[in-house]
Amino acid sequence: MSDTDKIDAVLDRHRRDGTRLMQILREIQEQIGWLSPATLTRVAAAVGWPRAEVSGTASFYSFFHKRPRGRYCVLWSDNITDRMLGNADLMDAMCKKLWLEPGRVSEDGLVSVNTTSCTGMCDQGPALLVNYRAVTRMTQARLGEMVGLIRNETPVAEWPAEWFEVEDNIRRKDILLAHDLVPGQALSAALERGPEEMLAEIKAARLRGRGGAGFSTGLKWEACRNAAGSGDNPAHYVVCNADEGEPGTFKDRVLLTSYADLVFEGMSIAGLVVGASSGLLYLRGEYRYLLEPLESALATRREANLLGKNILGSDFEFDIEIHLGAGAYICGEESALIESLEGKPGRPRIRPPFPVTNGYLGQPTTVNNVETLAASCLIAAHGSEWYAQHGTEKSTGTKLLSVSGDCERPGIYEYPYGVTVRQVLEDCGATDSQAVQNSGPSGVCVAEAEFGRRISFEDLPTAGAFMIFDETRDMFEVARNFAHFFAHESCGFCTPCRVGTTLVRNMMDKIARQHGSPYDIDELFKLHRLMQGASHCGLGNSACNPVFDTLNKFRPAYERRLQSLDYEPAFDLDAALSQARQMTGRDDAAAHLATHLPNGAET
Amino acid sequence: MNAPMNTAPSPPRKLRVATTSLAGCFGCHMSFLDIDERLIKLLDLIEFDRSPLTDIKHCGPCDLGLIEGGICNAENVHVLREFRSHCKILVAVGACAINGGLPAQRNHLDLRDVLEEVYQTEHLLGRGGIPNDPELPLPLNKVHPIHEVVKVDYFLPGCPPSADAIWKLLTDLLAGRTPTLGHGLLHYD
Repeated sequence: MSDTDKIDAVLDRHRRDGTRLMQILREIQEQIGWLSPATLTRVAAAVGWPRAEVSGTASFYSFFHKRPRGRYCVLWSDNITDRMLGNADLMDAMCKKLWLEPGRVSEDGLVSVNTTSCTGMCDQGPALLVNYRAVTRMTQARLGEMVGLIRNETPVAEWPAEWFEVEDNIRRKDILLAHDLVPGQALSAALERGPEEMLAEIKAARLRGRGGAGFSTGLKWEACRNAAGSGDNPAHYVVCNADEGEPGTFKDRVLLTSYADLVFEGMSIAGLVVGASSGLLYLRGEYRYLLEPLESALATRREANLLGKNILGSDFEFDIEIHLGAGAYICGEESALIESLEGKPGRPRIRPPFPVTNGYLGQPTTVNNVETLAASCLIAAHGSEWYAQHGTEKSTGTKLLSVSGDCERPGIYEYPYGVTVRQVLEDCGATDSQAVQNSGPSGVCVAEAEFGRRISFEDLPTAGAFMIFDETRDMFEVARNFAHFFAHESCGFCTPCRVGTTLVRNMMDKIARQHGSPYDIDELFKLHRLMQGASHCGLGNSACNPVFDTLNKFRPAYERRLQSLDYEPAFDLDAALSQARQMTGRDDAAAHLATHLPNGAET
Repeated sequence: MNAPMNTAPSPPRKLRVATTSLAGCFGCHMSFLDIDERLIKLLDLIEFDRSPLTDIKHCGPCDLGLIEGGICNAENVHVLREFRSHCKILVAVGACAINGGLPAQRNHLDLRDVLEEVYQTEHLLGRGGIPNDPELPLPLNKVHPIHEVVKVDYFLPGCPPSADAIWKLLTDLLAGRTPTLGHGLLHYD
């Protein structure tokens, strides 16, 4: 089969529909390696979109390649937890063995090695993706073997299966993970109640979104249900947000691995309530390996009459389709996710209008987190009264925490809301902890004095990440890792975030090179205020949080790096003359610059 | 005890102002002159120290320094440091001082390649090799904005900043207000 035949087959399978561009591009790339200019031209013509728009989508996502990418593409997960497990040394060693520079494709087109944002394997790192398949627990021994397999060009499918094993590591179960529901039980309870009563139960249970913001799920579903569809194809949609990109978060991965039925059933219940017959699950590209198991779980549900027409003998019709992302953190923001579902770059929309009235294809859409949807099954089956007994007044139910970093037993812990940080630390075997990064880089850095605080919307809301740092860790380096993350993931749409995240990164690097001064710390505070007030979406608003928190709580980690109390240049001035000295052969006094002035030297 | 009061207040001291163009095109200085007849009013309030307008070669103690252009060679660094150590307030004026601007277009090239092509390999240009007279300042590997070399207090954007924007900055600073440009001088929508 020639490349063009392969491209056409993919296009036909997707009905040459431009809104399916993400899936079209991914499938083509999986088959022929990269997205050449000719491929993009062919796709644009087929879907009837301007070529620039197709190219815009292909350029936006870091997992799409508009240049040949090497037959083996190795991407090391570069979250701080991977760093703490030694990924930098391993990646260095890999590059040396392969005679490679990071980020460059080898001359023979064989291999490239680079870093990528957190791949959601923080409890079993150091992790990497090889040709977009997740590999966990890298060691020096595995590394040597892997380099050999790459040199021999052994297909990734034939690599040792245990490298690709992903553990659930469930350490503590509560009402959700220890549920006793059989597939269909929650859905039939919901059908029995009917949409109105089911909505009333969700509201009475005071269920709130698990993605971090904690918006009332009942209100969201109600607003979506009450909004009218529009245009030629009026419809309502349910979208499950499985773009779990926040570094340090991996609970959705576990739900989708071992509790997929619960998630799909939650989507169906949401469909029943809002009046949707179509659900979309947006799965982050890093979890590509889950696609086939999830597809087969869907097929099983169809066979059991839990999806499709006349579900469980009722007149309710609902089906679910899985869309894969392609490595863009910003798509976790719901309006950016919808843009991505429509085949476009994942740039957050201007709101209002909100997705509940104008979402996917302009129709009323409810976007819910994986865990929220799973929790709705418990409410359908056991009722709101039972559910609201768990947790606290304003945070009912339980929360899954993705625990990683310095502790004996990293993994998934389910707690009723209200648990203290200290309790979690005790349970996972963390000792000498100095800080916890709660809810990921965009969340809050909790210092030891605050370990009595409670995980709840009243005190410490969280999307699930719980990264632990013991007292041997350098909190400045933690914040610097996060600053690099945000600079990489800014979508580039608005200037405060695009420029601001880069300035913050550069300033953190300047301090790391010991070129810093109090001036730079003032600048960081200024940038924090500016980005928080002026950015288009939550990414820019929260991008300075880790810097701001660590500056307030771990300021000495910054101060001991400062060169002096006066201003310091951003670079080595004398070294900046090196090329001119070399080319002119000069070495006289005027061919040098002192980086640090002796007192009064200029007067 | 109360401080003694001046019975006959002397006229306020004139502020001393120094200006220079580093890796710039003097466009910002030209725009400064475009404040036109307001220059006369300004001269009641300020006096110039080192500046292309006075041809004074070195900077004395000043209240205000205005820097046009970025940093492209060793001499720029010396001049900038002289300004910083003598001026209480230092302002980066225009796109080149703030971002490197047009001269920074060379930053994606290796300086060695640039020197080689201009002075050696390009047959219409190459005459006598790469200049190495100690009188000439050496170019830096990259062009930098001035705030990467010294602390800068205020930034006046524009290419060039309009005469009205320069006037606003100066009058704000003279009156002791934090300079703000706002609508019509920075925002246009």
